[in-house]
Amino acid sequence: MSGNLLFQLLLNGLIVGTLYGVVAMCFVLIYKSTQVVNFAQGEFLLIGAWTCWWLVVDAGLPFWFSFPLTFLFMMVFGIALQMVVLRPLIGEPIISVIMVTIGLSIFFQAITKWIFGADVQPFPEIFPVKSVDVFGLSVQPAYLMSLVVSILVMGGFAWFFKYSRMGLAMRATAFNQQVAQSLGISVKNVFAMAWAISAMVSALAGVVVGMVNGVSGALSFFGIKVFPAVIVGGLDSIIGAIVGGLIIGLLENFAEYVDGQWLHLGNLYTVAPFYVLIIILMIKPYGLFGTHKIERV
Amino acid sequence: MTSTASPLLEVRDVSLGFGGVRALTEVNFHVNKGELFSIIGPNGAGKTSMLNCVSGRYKPTAGRVFFEGRDVTGMTPNQRATIGIGRTFQNLALFGHMSVLDNIMVGRHHLLKNNFATGGLYWAGAQKEELAHRRKVEDIIDFLEIAHIRKSTAGTLSYGLRKRVELARAMAVEPKIILLDEPMAGMNLEEKEDMARYIVDLNEEWGMTVVMIEHDMGVVMDISHRVIVLEFGRKIADGLPDEIMSNERVKVAYLGVEDDEEPAAGAVA
Repeated sequence: MSGNLLFQLLLNGLIVGTLYGVVAMCFVLIYKSTQVVNFAQGEFLLIGAWTCWWLVVDAGLPFWFSFPLTFLFMMVFGIALQMVVLRPLIGEPIISVIMVTIGLSIFFQAITKWIFGADVQPFPEIFPVKSVDVFGLSVQPAYLMSLVVSILVMGGFAWFFKYSRMGLAMRATAFNQQVAQSLGISVKNVFAMAWAISAMVSALAGVVVGMVNGVSGALSFFGIKVFPAVIVGGLDSIIGAIVGGLIIGLLENFAEYVDGQWLHLGNLYTVAPFYVLIIILMIKPYGLFGTHKIERV
Repeated sequence: MTSTASPLLEVRDVSLGFGGVRALTEVNFHVNKGELFSIIGPNGAGKTSMLNCVSGRYKPTAGRVFFEGRDVTGMTPNQRATIGIGRTFQNLALFGHMSVLDNIMVGRHHLLKNNFATGGLYWAGAQKEELAHRRKVEDIIDFLEIAHIRKSTAGTLSYGLRKRVELARAMAVEPKIILLDEPMAGMNLEEKEDMARYIVDLNEEWGMTVVMIEHDMGVVMDISHRVIVLEFGRKIADGLPDEIMSNERVKVAYLGVEDDEEPAAGAVA
């Protein structure tokens, strides 16, 4: 019986891990192309989830229509955020920009509480069934949808960076902004694009988690959970973000199992990723896939 | 020089200061279409600063830069790249993790007309366009003889080859003028000769206007049509290579003042 529980938890871990991976990817995308550590990443989930919730519940639109509409809104939101708040900060010390993202995070949390209230709002039932049977394990349909969409998003990212013109421009900009400009790439547009994609894809994770747990300010905690994932994977590696996300997702569920069976410490689920964060920073500060910065003198 | 047509590039009274340091002081010069033009001068003379004013990295404190008769002083570096000012950098600036081919394809960026959506779905002749670009890129690869390394990761190549790939990438933008910042620095004799040949062919066969900063006087005097000399941010000479070679001020700038008694006397005191 407990073996079954372990598998159930690991499956959950895998699914939540892909979501961590997707959000971590968004985080890395902004870090890589603009060197900004975005502390407001979790709030992208929050705003996305509330937007979709509002469209479905208050505006009464069908889910299949609200979902893409949320993406569209988040894209505009990301571009606007970059243009209004972050563009004037280009050329300022990076630490100032990071402080601004912390400010943004507090601002967005406050404003969503002001508009939607502090209570958890359940998402209306989108799928006809409560859970789906997968090899004898029960999985929520929202999670299945998230798994499929996450894998599609990851594939999309891979394609985008490898083959598309904008993707190539973004890689070039991440590597050296000055050279990118000399080749006719508008760095401003690349930055706006990075924020737009990051906001859009994070919103996807926000909607899915919101569907399972309900929508509330707690969603922004996801943004904090992403830190261990990106540190494990390496701050500047997209592949690392996915692997890191999966590791953290599996690890926290495994920690829950170990804790529930033997240790009975309580709450190891939440804390375990941060132990890993500290250990990784001590033994492998660049993460599994991060770039080792070597100074040749 | 006597042609009535306006020059391709004109730098008019450009000054550049960083705080109290004057990097450039009222520099004037022009480059005609089809010329191979060199900027020389001792270290710290302001050569790269001059190039940066043309490419848009620096904005001159005073003076204007004209390209094809159009004032480009207020334009961003990427806008200038789009209208035909290409450049390479003094320190290697390849995208190290990308393949040689990808490095060159980044240079085609602004020339690709298909956007993100149509390109993604292979609509609207995206494939045809891609093929045309690939052909152009292959021409450049053939010209610079880097076909054998096109799939290699740029960061793994030898220094001379990397410099060549950087030139290929700058050519891929199809500029009307190309600014080369020390294209031969740190090369051995053979690599230098190769590079000099590519630059001459680029200028003669492809009809590209070239502005070059280079320290190797032998090469500069051999291949340049016209040369200017900068010293402490001022232009001290402008003319044909032969004129520059025999110019007294240039000799002084490069070799130092010939009154060698005075410093010795000072040292004793």
